Amino acid sequence: MTPLPAPADYSEKIPNNVDLHEDRRLQRALESWQPNFLTWWESMGPTLPTEDVYLRTAVNVGREGWAHFGHVAMRDYRWGIFLAERDRDRRIAFGQHRGEPVWQKVPGEYRADLRRLIVIQGDTEPASVEQQRNLGATAPSLYDMRNLFQVNVEEGRHLWAMVYLLHAYFGREGREEAEELLHRNSGSEESPRILGAFNEETPDWLSFFMFTYFTDRDGKYQLGTLKESAFDPLSRTCEFMLKEESHHMFVGTTGVDRVVERTAQLMLEHDTDDVGGLGGIPLNVIQKYLNFHYSVSLDLFGSETSTNVANYFTAGLKGRWSEERRRDDHRLTDDSIMVDAVVDGRIGQTEVSALVGLNSDLRREYIRDCQNGVNRWNRILEEAGLPQRLRLPHTAFNRRVGAFSGIEVTPEGEVLPAEEWERRKGAWLPTDVDKTHVRSLMRPVHERGKIAAWIAPPRQGINGKPFDYDYVHLA
Amino acid sequence: MSVEHELTVGMVTGEGSMTITAGASGAPEDVRPQEDPGPRSAVGFQTHPSRYRHWHLSVEGPIATLTMDVDEQGGLVPGYELKLNSYDLGVDIELYDAVQRLRFEHPEVRTVVVTGGKEKVFCAGANIRMLAASTHAWKVNFCKFTNETRNAMEDASAHSGQTYLAALNGTASGGGYELALACEHIMLVDDRSSAVSLPELPLLGVLPGTGGLTRVVDKRHVRRDLADYFSTRSEGVGGRKAVQWRLVDEVVPRPRWEETVAERAAEFARTSPRPQDATGVALTPLDRTRTADRVSYRHVTAVLDRDRGCAEITVTGPDAEPPRTVAGVHEQGARFWTLAVTRELDDLILDLRTNETELGTWVLRTKGDPALVLAYDALLLDHAGDWLVNEIVLYLKRTLKRLDVTSRSIIALIEPGSCFAGSLLEPALAADRSYQLSGVFEEGDPAAEPATVTVGPMNLGPLPMGNGLTRLGTRFWGDADALAAATANAGEALEAEDAERLGLVTFAPDDIDWADEVRMAIEERASFSPDALTGLEANYRFAGPETVETKIFGRLAAWQNWIFYRPNASGPDGALRKFGTGQRADFDKKRV
Repeated sequence: MTPLPAPADYSEKIPNNVDLHEDRRLQRALESWQPNFLTWWESMGPTLPTEDVYLRTAVNVGREGWAHFGHVAMRDYRWGIFLAERDRDRRIAFGQHRGEPVWQKVPGEYRADLRRLIVIQGDTEPASVEQQRNLGATAPSLYDMRNLFQVNVEEGRHLWAMVYLLHAYFGREGREEAEELLHRNSGSEESPRILGAFNEETPDWLSFFMFTYFTDRDGKYQLGTLKESAFDPLSRTCEFMLKEESHHMFVGTTGVDRVVERTAQLMLEHDTDDVGGLGGIPLNVIQKYLNFHYSVSLDLFGSETSTNVANYFTAGLKGRWSEERRRDDHRLTDDSIMVDAVVDGRIGQTEVSALVGLNSDLRREYIRDCQNGVNRWNRILEEAGLPQRLRLPHTAFNRRVGAFSGIEVTPEGEVLPAEEWERRKGAWLPTDVDKTHVRSLMRPVHERGKIAAWIAPPRQGINGKPFDYDYVHLA
Repeated sequence: MSVEHELTVGMVTGEGSMTITAGASGAPEDVRPQEDPGPRSAVGFQTHPSRYRHWHLSVEGPIATLTMDVDEQGGLVPGYELKLNSYDLGVDIELYDAVQRLRFEHPEVRTVVVTGGKEKVFCAGANIRMLAASTHAWKVNFCKFTNETRNAMEDASAHSGQTYLAALNGTASGGGYELALACEHIMLVDDRSSAVSLPELPLLGVLPGTGGLTRVVDKRHVRRDLADYFSTRSEGVGGRKAVQWRLVDEVVPRPRWEETVAERAAEFARTSPRPQDATGVALTPLDRTRTADRVSYRHVTAVLDRDRGCAEITVTGPDAEPPRTVAGVHEQGARFWTLAVTRELDDLILDLRTNETELGTWVLRTKGDPALVLAYDALLLDHAGDWLVNEIVLYLKRTLKRLDVTSRSIIALIEPGSCFAGSLLEPALAADRSYQLSGVFEEGDPAAEPATVTVGPMNLGPLPMGNGLTRLGTRFWGDADALAAATANAGEALEAEDAERLGLVTFAPDDIDWADEVRMAIEERASFSPDALTGLEANYRFAGPETVETKIFGRLAAWQNWIFYRPNASGPDGALRKFGTGQRADFDKKRV
């Protein structure tokens, strides 16, 4: 008689607060998925070989548990499954089911829509890991390298979070979709990631910071709408993910801070705007990168009007940002909203029903939020006594999705003929020369306490550790 | 021609009502608010000749005569009078009962003469007042049932040696002529005024919908241009022209009417293969109880789950070995499992279709020993020449066809302890989707045998669908290899993986996934548009060739329902609304 295999210690292997040890379906699903995930991580994750990295691991959702620091080999990172604590009295906050208790199971009626929403969200998580896989090799410091890997493992954990939902609530089709999340790859010819912006490689660290500032912020807003979902497990999953997402944006915000700070230093020291030759990134190049990442991130919010999103709202699947803090009837059946439009070839607005205009509502929240970062960077310039300022380009600038996709517009909002746009766009978007220059600066600095010349060191290290801490042990 | 016209229309309006004929389907859609959705208490389909109000059934030797003599005051619901031998569901329930009993209780009957009990009129079709007061769903279901009964009459003529002969002793218009068209031989009295007609289009702006248009050309081979002319001429066609155009088979002068009908009936009787001295089997009352949330019979139960909008139907297999001889089948009669379960299923289908329109999904399970089901099948197939066995198999075939044309989503759940084998595999093959449990329920009986499905000889020919193909043949239409593979596995008890691989079931979830998959499928189904689902299912269920039956249930019914909803029929100036007012309809002339 063969001895029964000892039951795997799930809470050790996969930290979780979803009673994984009691859920046979989930165990089986994850057992077959996890090896494939690891294979994906090995082949599509960070390329730079490392011994271990000083990482934060979530071991539970409590104040202490969510940020557990220590050196771990990335392959052995414990990708956990965490949902925010359940509120047993939670009720649906919007749409036709407003006031009803939230759902603990997927209603058959909304299965397809919910699955689609989760798959689209889930698809972006591993995508950014893939986009950033080569960046480790050019990290400006061990501190930055560690932040990159932290973002990467957490995106991996967010993938786990979405896969958990697919496995736990969507049966066989959910398992198939979870598998597909590993088979689509960023930039792949045959099976690219679902959203276009996630198929561009992140070629340099300025792009990485801009990406984590602007594009991860789109993720924040998407998660924020899903956090309102009537499907409670999705809501709780997203609520916890938002905590980690804010760290990613911190990496972006402070990253750009430090680039601006360094550029300002060089400008003052050498009394010139052209710091390119001095090993820095000129302010106008930073502005061009900002223009690019901001405008493609605006595209991620979709068209100004969307009947899908209206349906999601009415069904209770996806709410608005800060839904519960808004003072209206949360059904919106009789309301209207002005949305961007091209009217007689000019930039204008048009009135649509509030439900179909929800994408515009979310994009506006996002734009407001983006402005905060710009203000912050401008304070650095101001404190340095420099007159130059960064700014967000016009909403219509460089758009490929939505009302403005058919027109060409300067960052100031002036509509241009296509030929003129072609001729002048190099002044507003990174040119090959700009990109080559930025890439030329991307020399790795892997020595403790040292940092590349194009970026200032951070004010603080991680978890109270100094900047010169050994955040990463290279292999 | 003008004289005939006056006569026909005069007959109609002279009665002071809109009682003229429309095919069962020729139902005027009343656009005013419809207050009466049909009877409030459940309609029952069980009756007996001793309780008929609208028909007389008399049997003399090999000849049975079914005389339609509708009680004007005998409508199923108040609010209309059944004038001119027009009919409603109650009239047709009796007709169906008679057709069934003739087959089982009267093996000696070889010809069934269908005639009218009124002067000058055979039958004016479905009652228009009744139709006008009914909901759309009621009308469509009513048409379906009347169509099925007419198909059953043709089935008796074709396969039971019980030939239906229409003896039209007066005008047969609309649904009345359609009833005649379901007979194999049509005799029309030649009194220079009686005619056959399909006046729905010219008088009501709709179509005859109980198979009339289809049978005129497809069955009786009336030339299409003549059929076109006939169907636009409200007074119809009588006399020799009706014979020349093949609308009827013969016209008989009034003085020689009875004698000729008797002669013709005797002729048909002579060619029948029905037995000489057989004893019929009484169709005893069904053992049926119905509560608000449950319909139960001896072998079939349905739990009515109004919250989820579904009926959970369980069919129980035989609990004992079949009789060893065919004599045992006769001895058991209505208790014989296959006959009993078929009658119960038939009654349940009719009940749920008519009374439970909001239970949009039927979840089908079986319970029992598949080997016993196959043993009953084998007994039946070994004695296919026996008249009673033949009737039982034909009845099972017709009942399964009812399932095929039922406008409900059908989901078969194949679980341990089920008996989806042979004849009881057919309901799963009739389903829109099937789920077979892979393995067993671990929290139930972990030692249970896994669920299986078994293809048997009953699946390979004796129970064709309306399209003339087996359900397997339809399922694998255009995929001869798949059909051959399924057939080659006949007799094997196939567990979920094999059944899924062979395409016999849709999905094979295991214990862990089962509950959620099934729940979501049912919930999702309940969320879709019932109309779109009906259309989807009706299209996918009938792959393969068209037949008279598929045309009637598909093409004719769909066109008819479309026309009803159009303003030209049911709008304020539409033909249905203007009929009987003396005003002309004002049509929107645009073709669509």
